[in-house]
Amino acid sequence: MTWRFWMSRLALWFAVLVIFESASAASPEEMIAGGSRKVVKLYGAGGLRGLEAYQTGILVSAEGHIVTVMSTVLDSDEIDCVLDDGRRYRAKLAGVDPRRELAVITIAGEDLPFFALLESDRVAIGTRIFALSNLFGVAVGDERVSAQHGVVSAVVPLEARRGAYEAPYQGDVYVLDCTTNNPGSPGGALIDYRGQLIGMLGKELRSTASGIWLNYALPIDELARGYREILSGESQFVTTNTITAALDPVFLGIILVPDLLDKTPPFVESIIPNSTAAQACVQPDDLLIAVGGKAVASRTAVQGALGRLAEGDPVLLTVVRQGSIVDLDLGPLQKEESRQKLLPAP
Amino acid sequence: MLGMQRYFETIVSLARLGLCLLFAAPFLHATSQSADDLDAVLELQQRRSNTIRIASQTAVAIFAGEAGGGSGVLISPDGYALTNFHVVQPAGLAMKCGLSDGRVYDAILVGLDPTGDVSLIKLVGRTDFPFAELADSDLVEVGDFCFTAGNPFLLATDFQPSISAGIVSGTHRYQFPAGTILEYADCLQVDAAINPGNSGGALFDANGRVIGVNGRASFEKRGRVNVGVGYAISANQLRNFLGFLKSGQLIDHATLGATVATSADGRVVVSNILETCDAYRRGLRYDDEIVSLADRSVRTVNAFKNILGTLPAGWRVPLVYRRSGRRVEIVVRLVGVHATGELAAIVSGGDRPAENRSEPNREKSEEPQKSPPIHGTPPAAMLPESLRGLYEERSGFANHYYNAVERTRVADQIATRGMFKDHDGPWIFTGRLANDERFRIELSNTSGIIDLPTGTTKVDATGDLDANLSPPGSGGMLAALLLWRRLLREGPVTLGRTTYWGTIPLSQAALGRPAQPLLADVLEASVAAVECRFTVDQQGGVMGVELWPSSDADPCEVRFIKPFSNDLPEMPQIIEVQHGNERFGVFHVESAVLGIMDADTKNGSVENTLDGDPRVGSGGDL
Repeated sequence: MTWRFWMSRLALWFAVLVIFESASAASPEEMIAGGSRKVVKLYGAGGLRGLEAYQTGILVSAEGHIVTVMSTVLDSDEIDCVLDDGRRYRAKLAGVDPRRELAVITIAGEDLPFFALLESDRVAIGTRIFALSNLFGVAVGDERVSAQHGVVSAVVPLEARRGAYEAPYQGDVYVLDCTTNNPGSPGGALIDYRGQLIGMLGKELRSTASGIWLNYALPIDELARGYREILSGESQFVTTNTITAALDPVFLGIILVPDLLDKTPPFVESIIPNSTAAQACVQPDDLLIAVGGKAVASRTAVQGALGRLAEGDPVLLTVVRQGSIVDLDLGPLQKEESRQKLLPAP
Repeated sequence: MLGMQRYFETIVSLARLGLCLLFAAPFLHATSQSADDLDAVLELQQRRSNTIRIASQTAVAIFAGEAGGGSGVLISPDGYALTNFHVVQPAGLAMKCGLSDGRVYDAILVGLDPTGDVSLIKLVGRTDFPFAELADSDLVEVGDFCFTAGNPFLLATDFQPSISAGIVSGTHRYQFPAGTILEYADCLQVDAAINPGNSGGALFDANGRVIGVNGRASFEKRGRVNVGVGYAISANQLRNFLGFLKSGQLIDHATLGATVATSADGRVVVSNILETCDAYRRGLRYDDEIVSLADRSVRTVNAFKNILGTLPAGWRVPLVYRRSGRRVEIVVRLVGVHATGELAAIVSGGDRPAENRSEPNREKSEEPQKSPPIHGTPPAAMLPESLRGLYEERSGFANHYYNAVERTRVADQIATRGMFKDHDGPWIFTGRLANDERFRIELSNTSGIIDLPTGTTKVDATGDLDANLSPPGSGGMLAALLLWRRLLREGPVTLGRTTYWGTIPLSQAALGRPAQPLLADVLEASVAAVECRFTVDQQGGVMGVELWPSSDADPCEVRFIKPFSNDLPEMPQIIEVQHGNERFGVFHVESAVLGIMDADTKNGSVENTLDGDPRVGSGGDL
């Protein structure tokens, strides 16, 4: 055994000691209190059968970036965000990562507490955790979100569904032994016994295999990667709010569902036979999630995104079809005068 | 908190232990360190087992035959146990209760708080029941270790309670009334499993003290099984209501007589106020901003409801409001939420909470299914042998028998402070007012007379007292003092229609705080056309009298301050009289002479003077 070997062990041992000494300085009550200050209650669209109008978010920057799950709650121009101390802000959607069903919203607040979102290592099975979330909407105003305790029971790929649709994210998740699958919990923070953020509670999903409701969280590395990609535009699903001239996709042969809501999701109602869309195999019930790589959350957004294309630009549509994401190429955007004059069937 | 801290330290210790073993070879001292840690862990484990074992002895498994059952917790050696209203409601007057000693005890209903979903029962057959203490639930923090001992799914057929452990998930939660009535205000939220059947059982802290009574859970898509979200009625709310529960009454919750709403700029403001309520008479008006209630700050409507929901009707609490930037402090008397007879109708099943009603936050409360009403179902004659004589029916009461028990207890306590029975002659008090002018009060069997710098007034003690509220402006000071003399001389039973009313905080600082045992007993008497309430402290000292000539007017409030110590019988040193917003006067007593109409001399008396030297002798006049 060399001197160097023992010295390295010694150094490691002290490092470990320091970590645990510093960890034991804070009580779990303090860690929950500290963590909860960085968790927000979100209120948006919904409130109908089985669709809650509230969820949870995690503050991840001093500039007011919040990570949460991509859901119908965010399908509103009026997303309200309430901090632990009762401060209330109107939040704006900054971007989404449809594959991880992750969204980033922003608030214009000052002196915001936040978790540093780093692509840290995953925690081991058996790690004790606290889950902090806006479950059942029981906390309002300056009331603190709910804390639950549990253990990471497994780290496995997510095989889950919502209704008949398979969840798009199929990477690893932490399976938890506590019931975190409750209304309002999605977007909640998973912290360890040192108070570090280790994951985010996922959407309310059932196991594809057994049909039981899954208690799980997106691990920190996936969360951080998704966040970084949304902010850098790498995910190419960043929304922009500047709409030029709206262009309805009917000229491509796509009839969207009627525009009934504030943000009607852009589902394809029907396809005009022999149209460009029909040739490119766009199908009824497809959900358009991106046009030319830009995320589209509503019918209006689809029209806006098409309107921004120049003649000759490729018309690339991304749709969700039976739980899978499908990219479709509809060829270059034709000149206005040469576009097919298509009318929907009566 | 301590428990969770230790629990946490254990985890860290275990982690360190593992690492120590890993690095054991080069560092011998690490091995001894790990041994210490292991001992600490084992000791902690042992302590927790002991705490749970001791707490389990206080758990009550309540069986109500076909009507179901639930849980309860013993809180006194003579068998008082807390449970939920919704557990007792289907059970009726009498219950079979199993304890962890394997024995079954008969229990009788004592008091009901339907709005708070609480009821008090009494197990009979022992005077040495194991019991748990109520903790100060305001000291509970999110993250604290907690556990329950109860009878989920009625599994405890051998009466051994099921234990579930977890952490406190939230404090000061407000849960909307389920159906029409059961409201959980300022409750504790826990992730320890609370399932149907856990209702009425205790939520314990790491030291085995009761921080709440479980009774409700959030259910949603999985049916009526726990999803990590249960609620417990806080120990501090229970403490506020305990005296009322022991009074055998159907207890009502409080309203301010005003509703509040959040204004556009986020303040909590009065949105509606009844002109007949006490708060209005104290000066509260529409659009005033509520700053605090009962010394707790009000920042949301939920917070307001939380505070109000833990307070019994009839309590007076401080309220701070702001109007045009000016901060005003008042003390308001809370009134009952329900009209006369309304609670009785609810209890007897006339107005049953709706089943599975969707709540604003999609809650479904844990409530009994269709159940028989309490009143009329098991007539007293059908009670088991052991419970005979422990029930007395009276309108407005769950069980009037226990009211008489409490009334007797308080009367006995008053009697320990001095025997006034023989002092049937005039009681004469002389002294100085705040402005140093002199006063003289004479109370006798026939009249009350007061000499003040402003003149002399007299009240006939033999007739109705509501017609003469002398001296003017006092609201009935002489009448109140005459009734006080009668209470001390005759005791509560012959005074009039006297009941044990419940408890009130003796000082405002005592609100919900167990640290200071300052809840005082209150006797209520309907006598000589007036209503009056006597406040009696833990030592049997009568601390005050409130007299109402009518229910919607301000009472005359008489407070006795600093009674003479060590002297029997005791007389007050200072008498304060308040009427509405006005302080009528502060009377500094320099001499108190309690006359005795002796058959021979007619002039025997006991005199107390300020120096505390009691003299028994003749010559009562000053």
